[in-house]
Amino acid sequence: MDFDLSEEQRLLKESIDGLLTDSYDFESRKKYMKEKGGWSKAVWLKLADQGLLGLPFSEADGGFGGGGVETMIVMEALGKALVLEPYLPTVVIGGGFLRHAGTDAQKAAHVPGIVDGSKTLAFAQLEKNSRYDLFDVTTTAKKKGDGWIIDGEKFVVLNGENADTLIVTARTKGDRRDKTGIGVFLVPADAKGVTKKSYPTQDGLHAADISFTGVEVGADAALGNPEDSLALIERVVDEARIALCAEAVGLMDESLKTTVEYIKTRKQFGVPIGSFQSLQHRASDMFVAAEQARSMSMFATMAGDFEDAKERTIAIAAAKVQIGKSLKFVGQQAIQLHGGIGMTMEAKIGHYFKRLTMIENTFGDTDYHQRRVADSGGLI
Amino acid sequence: MDLAFTKEEQAFREEVRSFFRDNVPPDTRRKLVEGRHLSKDEMVTWWRILNKKGWGVSHWPKQYGGTGWTSVQHYIFNEELQSYPAPQPLAFGVSMVGPVIYTFGNEEQKKKYLPRIANVDDWWCQGFSEPGSGSDLASLKTKAERKGDKWIINGQKTWTTLAQHADMIFCLCRTDPAAKKQMGISFIVFSMNSKGVTVRPIQTIDGGAEVNEVFFDDVEVPIENLIGEENKGWDYAKFLLGNERTGIARVGVSKERLRRIRDLAGKVESAGRPIIEDAAFREKLAACEIELKALELTQLRVVADEGKHGKGKPNPASSVLKIKGSEIQQTTTELLMEVIGPFAAPYDVHGDDGSNEAMDWTAQIAPSYFNNRKVSIYGGSNEIQRNIIAKAVLGL
Repeated sequence: MDFDLSEEQRLLKESIDGLLTDSYDFESRKKYMKEKGGWSKAVWLKLADQGLLGLPFSEADGGFGGGGVETMIVMEALGKALVLEPYLPTVVIGGGFLRHAGTDAQKAAHVPGIVDGSKTLAFAQLEKNSRYDLFDVTTTAKKKGDGWIIDGEKFVVLNGENADTLIVTARTKGDRRDKTGIGVFLVPADAKGVTKKSYPTQDGLHAADISFTGVEVGADAALGNPEDSLALIERVVDEARIALCAEAVGLMDESLKTTVEYIKTRKQFGVPIGSFQSLQHRASDMFVAAEQARSMSMFATMAGDFEDAKERTIAIAAAKVQIGKSLKFVGQQAIQLHGGIGMTMEAKIGHYFKRLTMIENTFGDTDYHQRRVADSGGLI
Repeated sequence: MDLAFTKEEQAFREEVRSFFRDNVPPDTRRKLVEGRHLSKDEMVTWWRILNKKGWGVSHWPKQYGGTGWTSVQHYIFNEELQSYPAPQPLAFGVSMVGPVIYTFGNEEQKKKYLPRIANVDDWWCQGFSEPGSGSDLASLKTKAERKGDKWIINGQKTWTTLAQHADMIFCLCRTDPAAKKQMGISFIVFSMNSKGVTVRPIQTIDGGAEVNEVFFDDVEVPIENLIGEENKGWDYAKFLLGNERTGIARVGVSKERLRRIRDLAGKVESAGRPIIEDAAFREKLAACEIELKALELTQLRVVADEGKHGKGKPNPASSVLKIKGSEIQQTTTELLMEVIGPFAAPYDVHGDDGSNEAMDWTAQIAPSYFNNRKVSIYGGSNEIQRNIIAKAVLGL
């Protein structure tokens, strides 16, 4: 039992915190947001320079062999700085599919570009009516010769505008909600028949709705078993959920810190408003919520390595519930304690609140995961 | 970072678990499961079994009878004890006055009191709160005046838990009325059989009487019963209250209750089927389980931190334990109420005499719900805990 970081992990944390302190203040972020696709290529290359984009890949694949804890450290830091760059879709999700299911050739084709920062990925999974069920897939991949033809529509694909490669879930067999017959395909973003409609998201990121019309890909496009990849998708999405939990912890830490600083300095009735007990208690409750979230983020990180897939996924669901409840409380109260200024685009706290809010609704919200835990027969 | 317990720790858990299985009197366990009060005899019998095993004062230093366990072993022991469930050691002796005596007392006091605390030859109670001094404890008025080789004690204590069983009391008394409020307080111990001590039970809303008012009317106490230095009592009280940071979450207690809820919810019917099949109920149960899992992890963070870095600087997360631990305990009693529904109402007129078998398992559920409102009040109310976080952690 040990919750401390190792020496290498501590150094990793210092290095990414240092990098973001230097290059990611709130004003710079506003500039990055205006670049193509909504994030800064220069910052992305700095992350590559520090080895962060290759972190989870094995050394044989050109990475650094980092595990769950390393990803947690990075995601927390990215959250704390409210980073826009597509670490989640490219390194965590895209990288996850390649690590768990990529053939040597697929890895050779995609991993080096991720590691050196020249290529980014996006995960085209959500459909109009699929909501949070990963097996609810209507996009089809039909066999044609050795390859596949993909048809369907995907929504809110993060980094969809800039991504070089799309990772697409598509049905090779069966009906809409069947748990078998689902495949995962690597599709070049510029393939014929791919149409993108890009837009900024509420939290300042960028996403795209993408339609696939008769998109032809080769036999080497399939990641894993094209007829039975739900377990793979669940595993990678679980890793994305773990990463989101860590990002939310970083966001909550910064939200609490910013709020406490604000109520220490903002004066009304001739005194700092932080001297009022009602505000002190609210801030204390925010601290409690953030600590409970941190505990569950650590739990989720460690659960990522559980052997038993059911045990793993329920533990991560439980973590997402705790994070969802904590982030809602911390986010809302951070605005409340800031008062009117918290309602403005100018103050940074609102932007933290918006990112936190979107995390709750990504890959399963609180109710969705609570139901999963409830139906699993319990956690205790 | 590693969540796993070592092989040795897992073996230790097995050892503890099987000891409880073989040695906790079954009726004692049943009463705890049902939320009933135990008699003095039942508690003392169990504590002596524990002490004979060498586990009565497990966290004390070895030379006074402690075990020398790691903080993780203590955690495992407590969790198994709470979730078996078996009665926890008498906190007033083992966790409160014992550590004050071995830390601040003189050799004679250590020799005289410590073995008797370990074997519960003396039942101790705590004389801190007063009618006018609850959260503002330092405003206490009970005074001890020095007269020759005696202290003369006058005043009143309240909320004195299980004083009706007590042989000894440790008491905060004002010894220097001129000093600033925290400065003139001393830590004095004495016999509850002293002339001038009167115990009056307070009936609580659950129908029980586990707390008391204690009156001191010219009680004469030998001068050597002062622990540590005169007028330093406030420091010892702070030490005492800060000593037990992790047990307060009572994770094991809540785990045991959640298992009971799941078990009962599989038996009690609602709408023609077991209530556990009701999705809304199941989700409430899951919500509570998730909160408890988070608390367990928070507790483990504190335990691991203490094991590695010592108890010197408390992990800020430790202040979460009391607030969340008490809230979750209360939620479990609410869920039990929900499970039994209309059968919460009957009052247990028969006691535990077996004459009303059909009701035995429901009789204590409402009283336990009422009684558990105390857990967010005692040991520093949750509002005081929030003051502490605001000040000590957030710097407000």
